[in-house]
Amino acid sequence: MSDTVIPYMVKPHPVTGIPNGKFGIWLFLASEVMLFGALFSSYVLIRSGAPHWPPEGGLSSEILDVPKATFNTAVLITSSITMVLAWASCKLGNLGKFKLWMGITIALSFVFLIVKYFEYAHKFELGHTPAHDNFYAIYFTMIGLHGVHIIGGIIVNTYLLTWGSKLWKTDSVHFTNRVENAGLYWHFVDLVWIFLFPSLYLL
Amino acid sequence: MSVETHAHANGNGHAHDHGDHGHGDHGHELPFWRKYIFSVDHKVIGIQYTVTALVFLMFGFCLMMLMRWQLAYPGQPMPVIAKWIGETAMPGGVMAPEFYNQLGAMHGTIMVFLGVVPLAVGGFGNFVMPLQIGAPDMAFPRINLASYWIFLPGCILMLCGFFVPGGAAQSGWTSYPPLSDLATTGQTVWLLAMVLIITSSLLGSINFIVTIVQMRAKGLTFWRLPFFVHAQLVTAFLLLLAFPPLEAASVLQLMDRLAGTSFFLPSGLVVSGEQLKVAGGGSPLLWQHLFWFLAHPEVYVLILPALGIVAEVIANNTRKPLWGYRLLVYSVIFLGFMSFVVWAHHMFMTGMGTTMSTFFQTTTMIISIPSVVIVTCMLMSLYGGNIRFTTPMLFATAFLPMFAIGGLTGLPLGLTASDIYLHDTFYVIGHFHYVVAPGTLFALFAGIYYWYPKATGRQMNPTLGKIHFWLSFIAINFVFMPMFFQGMAGLSRRLYDPTVYAHGRGVQELNVVISMGAWALGVSQIFFIINFFMSLKNGEKVLENPWNATTLEWAAPSPPGHGNFLTEPVVYREPYEYSVPGHANDYSPQFVAEGK
Amino acid sequence: MDAHSETSDVSVDGHHESPEEFKKHLRSYYVVFVALLCLTAVTVGVAELKLARPIAITVALTIATIKAGLVAAVFMHLISEKKVIIAVLALTALFFALVMALPSLTLYEHRHVIAGMGN
Repeated sequence: MSDTVIPYMVKPHPVTGIPNGKFGIWLFLASEVMLFGALFSSYVLIRSGAPHWPPEGGLSSEILDVPKATFNTAVLITSSITMVLAWASCKLGNLGKFKLWMGITIALSFVFLIVKYFEYAHKFELGHTPAHDNFYAIYFTMIGLHGVHIIGGIIVNTYLLTWGSKLWKTDSVHFTNRVENAGLYWHFVDLVWIFLFPSLYLL
Repeated sequence: MSVETHAHANGNGHAHDHGDHGHGDHGHELPFWRKYIFSVDHKVIGIQYTVTALVFLMFGFCLMMLMRWQLAYPGQPMPVIAKWIGETAMPGGVMAPEFYNQLGAMHGTIMVFLGVVPLAVGGFGNFVMPLQIGAPDMAFPRINLASYWIFLPGCILMLCGFFVPGGAAQSGWTSYPPLSDLATTGQTVWLLAMVLIITSSLLGSINFIVTIVQMRAKGLTFWRLPFFVHAQLVTAFLLLLAFPPLEAASVLQLMDRLAGTSFFLPSGLVVSGEQLKVAGGGSPLLWQHLFWFLAHPEVYVLILPALGIVAEVIANNTRKPLWGYRLLVYSVIFLGFMSFVVWAHHMFMTGMGTTMSTFFQTTTMIISIPSVVIVTCMLMSLYGGNIRFTTPMLFATAFLPMFAIGGLTGLPLGLTASDIYLHDTFYVIGHFHYVVAPGTLFALFAGIYYWYPKATGRQMNPTLGKIHFWLSFIAINFVFMPMFFQGMAGLSRRLYDPTVYAHGRGVQELNVVISMGAWALGVSQIFFIINFFMSLKNGEKVLENPWNATTLEWAAPSPPGHGNFLTEPVVYREPYEYSVPGHANDYSPQFVAEGK
Repeated sequence: MDAHSETSDVSVDGHHESPEEFKKHLRSYYVVFVALLCLTAVTVGVAELKLARPIAITVALTIATIKAGLVAAVFMHLISEKKVIIAVLALTALFFALVMALPSLTLYEHRHVIAGMGN
């Protein structure tokens, strides 16, 4: 199968105007919209059915760590711009700058996860596990699934930063497209957090 | 999912894509494990899916044949086979109720998710679709590989359910909580297996959509696509957008089972006389909504590829164009769209208010319209045709009245008033089996007989094929027709012993008829299995186009090699130009230039 | 074929532009970045006001939608994206709305008759 050429892997299709990879990643993101949509819908349904929310009383913002989450929001937003700058560096032909910005993006992702770890650890210390009540169940599940997506992004971005960047030498346009597609995924992950943060922490 | 209509699809770049492939290694032979095991070739992957799916269809069928013993002869020890199954599941040779429930849940799950869809989409979609659009392979061959190799472990994991303490999932293929939340380990195995299978499906659907939109041959505009491809495109969108909510729901149920959450557990639940020690505050209906949000479009995933296959076989064997091709395409797109807004008709009995139940009843009635249009177009396609009753055509023709029965019997279920009586009875089982068994499965058989020569270079034996058809057709009606009467008598589904109720005893004789029919149906498949394997070695050899068909796949060699086509295919006309007046042949293939 | 020559002809949306023009897009990215940080601060600030629930929800989600819109339009280039992608997303948005709205609507039309709901 090494000699089957797939058309429009890099060149945009004359009618749709996009290469295959970009179309593919947007379709994947469409399915992710439905995944997180179902979870948000579950949150709405369970919360609407609860006599008061949070079930144990008080306010979400008192139970959850708003300062850490606000910091994390800023971290994620920053990682989004650094991701865009990584792609822009590819467009402008600068592999060195790409590696810098991509490296920062990955580092920021780890910061996000570490802060999250501290949040979770503190909750577990207090005995506030997912089983405690549905407020925590939703919090841990949605944030957790979002976290799994961050890890996925880290893996992809690390690949592009290391072995993946070899493609730059033979086909820089193809590589740039891959960075762009990875960026689209990463921005989506940021986008989900933009809704998760107020929905869970502030309301 | 409106794709732009284009008058001229330009060259697909075969000639000028040097920049596109990074590692040209022309013409070197791949090692066995990369050629046949971890292959990126859509044809190999299609065959892998086909063989796997056929094995699971047979396994799921066997599960049902076991159930049919208990239903026909409740509480009677089963001869011979009970010994192999063991004392836990069949103490003293008599089926334990828990085992009956496992058989029921796993039969449904396996037939739908490990059998029909992998065959219809993974098998036929993968093998035929790229050929029909003139593509060298799928847009993402390695993702295609990943799809199958995530699917297969999912299947194996699903089977492992039978071997864990407590046995396999036993809360119905629908896995309703609270029962499923509290069920034995097998349910967790089911959920994990579903996560793998759903992931495989999502990857596949992305591949299908990009391939169909981006990789069509020169001249192959949207309105020249074979109906099979339109059907696969709509199906791919259904899978893409409907599966994620079930994936989400599976995560939530896993959290309930493994992390002690109460997403689906209401407060105050008492189990075996004891208050359940959970936080509560959850909603069993939440699961139902998320499950059916997928599972309703899923049934259209079950039928759409079948409609595609039937269309191809009918056009080819009537030697005339499909009647109402554009109408068919618009209908299938409308059907796909509507399938997302009917799901709560599975939930009419959950205490829904009248506004919402009227809404879902209305959408359900509306969705029957495109189905009727499609079947009508296919029936009209037969009229005035020069019909050849080849084996595929027998199955495709039988599909029409069988699917019609299935569809029509769905109407009383979609109307809330009659659904009150019929919900969760054997009537429902009769309804959906008519659509999937003599419906989709017959269409899939038609597809196997039709495309076998393309995949193998040999024809299946027509005599064995006809015997397979007639025996199956007769037996299958004995299996499912009586179920409508049982349901109308009030017999519930998922009932271990129907004779505990007077109304069950009243229709118990039918259970014997159905079981005999089921076992006869099983035996009938032997003719197919023998034919399938025998023809690999002894079938009549064929060239590229043994059926004198018009669509692109028949331009490729039988079987096609890597890259599929010997020369770049170009499309010159509509897909079903049969019996064009003034032509010497009764068919004008899409891929042959004018004046050949 | 020179693997690098194509990058000197940069493009955001398939239309080729010079590196100088592309750098103008960079400016829009920085602007959006600052806007996102500001809007985050606003979100948290408004939450401190502890407004009535319905208003709080409306304000917070509106701001979130604006932020998401900026990310989608600018960072994800949706503002200049091709029709086929917009069509797929429009369809998805429709089904997203369905899965968000219908389950809750169905459950809460007649709350008092729902058995086994919450507590």
